[in-house]
Amino acid sequence: MTALPSRRAALAGALSLAVLPMAARATPETMRAAIAELAAGRVPRDGRVRIDIQPLVDNGNTVPMRVWVEGPADIRAIHVFNERNPQPHVLSLAFGPAAAEPSLATRIRLADTQTVVALAEAEDGTLWRASVEVIVTIAACVEGLV
Amino acid sequence: MARPLVSAPARVARGESFEVKALIAHPMETGYRPGENGTMLARDIVRRLVCRFAGDLVFDMTLSPAIAANPYVAFRVRAMRAGALELEWTGDNGFAAAHRVEIAVG
Amino acid sequence: MKRLGAFVLAAACAGAAPAQTVDGPRRSGFADMGPALQAIQKDDLANPAMLSVALGETLWAERAGAAAKSCADCHGDAASMRGVATRYPAVDPRTGAVATLDARIAGCRTEYQQVPPPPPESPARLALLAFVSRQSRGLPISPAAGPGMDEAAAAGERLWRTRFGQLDLACAECHDARAGAKLAGITIPQAHPTGYPLYRSEWQAVGSLERRIRNCMTGIRAEPFAFGAREHTALETWLMRRASGMEWEAPAVRP
Repeated sequence: MTALPSRRAALAGALSLAVLPMAARATPETMRAAIAELAAGRVPRDGRVRIDIQPLVDNGNTVPMRVWVEGPADIRAIHVFNERNPQPHVLSLAFGPAAAEPSLATRIRLADTQTVVALAEAEDGTLWRASVEVIVTIAACVEGLV
Repeated sequence: MARPLVSAPARVARGESFEVKALIAHPMETGYRPGENGTMLARDIVRRLVCRFAGDLVFDMTLSPAIAANPYVAFRVRAMRAGALELEWTGDNGFAAAHRVEIAVG
Repeated sequence: MKRLGAFVLAAACAGAAPAQTVDGPRRSGFADMGPALQAIQKDDLANPAMLSVALGETLWAERAGAAAKSCADCHGDAASMRGVATRYPAVDPRTGAVATLDARIAGCRTEYQQVPPPPPESPARLALLAFVSRQSRGLPISPAAGPGMDEAAAAGERLWRTRFGQLDLACAECHDARAGAKLAGITIPQAHPTGYPLYRSEWQAVGSLERRIRNCMTGIRAEPFAFGAREHTALETWLMRRASGMEWEAPAVRP
């Protein structure tokens, strides 16, 4: 747990730096870079972490997502990234002793059809990785501020 | 307006886990959206949500603009002893909200 | 189009039978959503519109204005509002004119609480509307009868069939003739008002039927009707008759 505050600080720092101009968006490369920064040299292994998002989304503004990790109770954090929103971070979660399980359901925004990646960090530093492809349908009528 | 809606059982058997759902009103303005006259609306989001139970950390969550407006979370807490379930939201422009509810365990 | 005769006849029956304009059974927009959003609507602990209802509950009990009265002081608790939202628009006895529920609440605030009503589409205004609307959830839409109601419904139906805007579309073109078909990947709903006010993902907020209609009009490149315009009252009267008997869902969630 002692490594946690610095990791959160790094993420907060990354978030504040990631103020991209309006035309710019995250790309698969930006997401890879954000993941690499978190990984700090570790190679994530596929498995254990699960992401539940509907494959076809009505509207990208409110997308329910649940992340959880299977296997032994050794998970200290989950981080979620995206590939096509204006910036690559979605959320970071550090778990404490009162958590019943390493899982959380929330609602996220997805700006486009894209891949969402979740990384789970075990106590021994191992990173586990999973990804899902999500198709986002855009609403038909264009609205002003009415 | 920032009063959260939080659900949790009033009583849980010792050692069992219980589900908590929490919803709070907040626009989660991304900072990437143009307002009137095309000027960008400044980022204004909830940045952090910390949940504790009976003094122990459940989770410490860092939010980004990719979290939908009116942030919603659902999660499970392990009840080893009675205590207060506490949630604290903090964010841009001095945003702060908290919720506390006693859970009986036995 | 081919059911023209059938619904003119139905509309003549003073709102007792639903004005059938769509082909086949009537279907709420709820059925056109994906299961994830349906789950959010069905769970009061996850439905963001319940935040608005919670604010409405607070405002209901709050004493306001020169008269220092709360809604509760006259109306009692929330249960007294059961069956109200499913009747509106209805004749407002104070004015004798057909009014939407939103206008009725605003009128009450002005006359009995002696305080200006919150601005249209403001959080407080929507909260009161959401709180009152919520009390009728599960009940069938039962439009009120009364002097002026038939005229309002007929005016609403005329608007429904009038082509507007640069895209020269009438509501009926999409929502009667092409309901169930796709428009840019989205299923065109029959456009029943069963869930208003509702939380729309697109808005990331709760909004009224008037807001949604204004959005549609902007979408077809027409000048939207102003909030509170009598065109909205007429359309809403028509839409509630068209949806008569359908289950009230407010506050709903939509994409």
